[in-house]
Amino acid sequence: MSETLIKMEGIVKRFPGVLALDQSSFELRAGEVHALVGENGAGKSTLMKIIGGIYSKDAGRMLFEGEEVEVKSPRQAQDLGISIIHQELNLMPHLSVAQNIFIGREPRTNLSFIVDDKKTNREAERLFKLLSLNLDPNTKVSDLTVAKQQMVEIAKALSFNAKALIMDEPTAALTDTEIEDLFTVIRQLRKDGVGIIHISHRLEELKLIADRVTVMRDGKTIDTLEAKDASKDKIISLMVGRTIFEEAPEIPENPSEEVVLEVRNLNRGKALQNVSFQLKKGEILGFAGLMGAGRTEVARAIFGADSYEAGEIYIKGKQAQIKTPGNAVSNSIGYLSEDRKQYGLVLGMDIKENVVMSSMKDFISKLGWVDFKKSSVQAQDMVDALDIKTPTIEQKIKFLSGGNQQKVVIGKWLTADTDILIFDEPTRGIDVGAKSEIYKLLNDLTDQGKSIIMISSELPEILRMSHRVVVMCEGRITGVLNADEMSQEKIMKFATMRNNNVQEKEAIAN
Amino acid sequence: MTIETKITKSFFRSDAMQQIMAFGALIVLFIGFSVASPYFRTFDNFVGILLATAVNGVLALGATFVIITAGIDLSVGTLMTFSAVLTGVFITKWGLPIPVGIVGGISAGAFIGFVNGSLVSRLKIPPFITTLGMLYITKGLSLVISELKPIYFNDTPAFREMAMGSVLDKIIPGFEIPNAVLILFGAAFLAHIILSRTILGRYTFALGSNEEATRLSGVNVNVWKTAVYALAGMFSGIGGVLIASRLNSAQPALGAGYELDAIAAVVIGGTSLSGGEGSILGTIIGAFIISTLTNGLRIMSVPQEWQIVVTGGIVILAVFLDIVRRRK
Repeated sequence: MSETLIKMEGIVKRFPGVLALDQSSFELRAGEVHALVGENGAGKSTLMKIIGGIYSKDAGRMLFEGEEVEVKSPRQAQDLGISIIHQELNLMPHLSVAQNIFIGREPRTNLSFIVDDKKTNREAERLFKLLSLNLDPNTKVSDLTVAKQQMVEIAKALSFNAKALIMDEPTAALTDTEIEDLFTVIRQLRKDGVGIIHISHRLEELKLIADRVTVMRDGKTIDTLEAKDASKDKIISLMVGRTIFEEAPEIPENPSEEVVLEVRNLNRGKALQNVSFQLKKGEILGFAGLMGAGRTEVARAIFGADSYEAGEIYIKGKQAQIKTPGNAVSNSIGYLSEDRKQYGLVLGMDIKENVVMSSMKDFISKLGWVDFKKSSVQAQDMVDALDIKTPTIEQKIKFLSGGNQQKVVIGKWLTADTDILIFDEPTRGIDVGAKSEIYKLLNDLTDQGKSIIMISSELPEILRMSHRVVVMCEGRITGVLNADEMSQEKIMKFATMRNNNVQEKEAIAN
Repeated sequence: MTIETKITKSFFRSDAMQQIMAFGALIVLFIGFSVASPYFRTFDNFVGILLATAVNGVLALGATFVIITAGIDLSVGTLMTFSAVLTGVFITKWGLPIPVGIVGGISAGAFIGFVNGSLVSRLKIPPFITTLGMLYITKGLSLVISELKPIYFNDTPAFREMAMGSVLDKIIPGFEIPNAVLILFGAAFLAHIILSRTILGRYTFALGSNEEATRLSGVNVNVWKTAVYALAGMFSGIGGVLIASRLNSAQPALGAGYELDAIAAVVIGGTSLSGGEGSILGTIIGAFIISTLTNGLRIMSVPQEWQIVVTGGIVILAVFLDIVRRRK
């Protein structure tokens, strides 16, 4: 058994009104990948931030290589050999890759205030070699994909000679191939004796990469298991503290044949190429594909958020002119963005204000005043109907958890009462319990006769929820599958079908 | 199979393009006015343009740093006056040697900049508010210290020589370019080196690009942000000494409005108000575009009030073109 690198004992952390960590403990050994799982708000990130010197603990002990330490700043953590890669990557997009890696400790020339860019680049190249990474140190970070940016963060951590590397949801925004590349690098680091803490919501990947799994709930450490003994159901039951059947089979009922939305030959440069499909009444139409396949682009074009060069959109058989999101709403289309915080909600405003945002005209009295009473009633109805966990409808959105924020967005579109709803990654960053509730909601909506387009990067979600699935790759639709012919393998093949090879298409379909 | 989302940046989108566009605009202005008026294309008039750029150019250098950090400095104009007045007090009232007076004036500018930076970084007062307050404070202090009267440097003719004399004329007779222009280019060179080669320059970009990431990288962001504002204050100090020397007096009522010219030059030069990008070369070109335009329009007998209107239009046009460039 390898030596213990970090040991956390009896850690307590209070925030105003919340006990974020309650006597939690954790142990990381050198040369292991230790997965940390738990629902949102379980205290994973808080515990990691204490290890990384971003927060200070209120009680408890932290031992690093057997000695008790007080980590007071991120700098001090780095000096010890602890690096954190945050979920929201912490890079300077305007600076080059090399400049980012060495920020704060730039190699200098003989004149100590002059930065030695050549040396900076050389050092960066050396690190990339260690990671077998093909990257030009002069590239601006803003020009890189998220996956590459993550590699830059890893290179940065390595440059500190990190002994412990904490990765907060590193795979959340990556495609499957990119995840495989990331895991290759992680395995390499593990072999070199680095201890890695891997926080993830994707329980499927734990078996692939983790040696041990620690489950947290409500600020407490529940259990630590060997990854090989930890079945997904077991982890989930530890996470939520009750047994739920996540993979409950949903047998999609055949929706009606009435077509509510038809898109014909939507085109915009390379982003959208001859996109045509139909959405039927009461149907959940899944949109699968890798990151950058053009799914969100389709949604935004239909919703009038982005323009398109050619193509027609028909709503219930009639051609619709959708140039702005306002047009889309009048055509009864609602869009729930993948980025709730940026596009879906006004974080600084409260629930009742957000809920009526897309249907203000229904909440204005004859004199032009906002009808606060009516909007409050509506907001309270939504809070009750969707089971939004909040003290009051006056709660600011930013203080809600991810799952509850998503419910507010749903409430907003239910208030607007649109017949067609486009959900873009409806469960991203949402914990398992809240996920099931969102799924139930989607099913309720289609039962009421609403039609749903659901864009999702999680295949199990697509398989579980969709009546049919449209698969995209590089701006084209490469396949459409009915529920009875769907499988992860088929979808992945379509999703990676880069040129429109008809024979290959037929081969997959059969 | 990896799907590489390759971002092929067209040349039109590149950062160099902004500067080339700005430089091209400057050339077009020069050619246009030269064709339109024989008075424009005289050596004396070119010298006039250079001289007219000197003070605004130096102020804009400091503003460039602040704006790259995603901040703003509204106090550069009145701080210039404050430094000019103090230089006047040091040299004429206290009788200090000219170099000491100059260093004193510039240091005063840097000190006020340091105060700006401390308020912004440590007390977290937004830059707009901090420097708006400092605009009034320095304006008021200039009037208090000068007792509302201009301070003349009549007893120290060497002080006026500093900006208005011409070292170049002594080396190449007839090539009479005032020292103020050399000071502008010297200061610009210094600013360029600081921005592109030093740690301070690197952190200036880093702060504007992602301050939180910079902090989490272990950089003491408060110290460096304070340094950026102090540097801007220093350039205001240089501007103050320059304008005092040029006018042979410290005019306490002057200064308000200069900060807007400086910000306009920075923006025309392609520095983003949202931070993270910008260049000294761009700022200098921006400053020249403003003074060339003013000069040319004046020669074409366009009334001064209309010159101001045109400058405003140019600022909006420059930013619009930059947005179009990025969108492509």
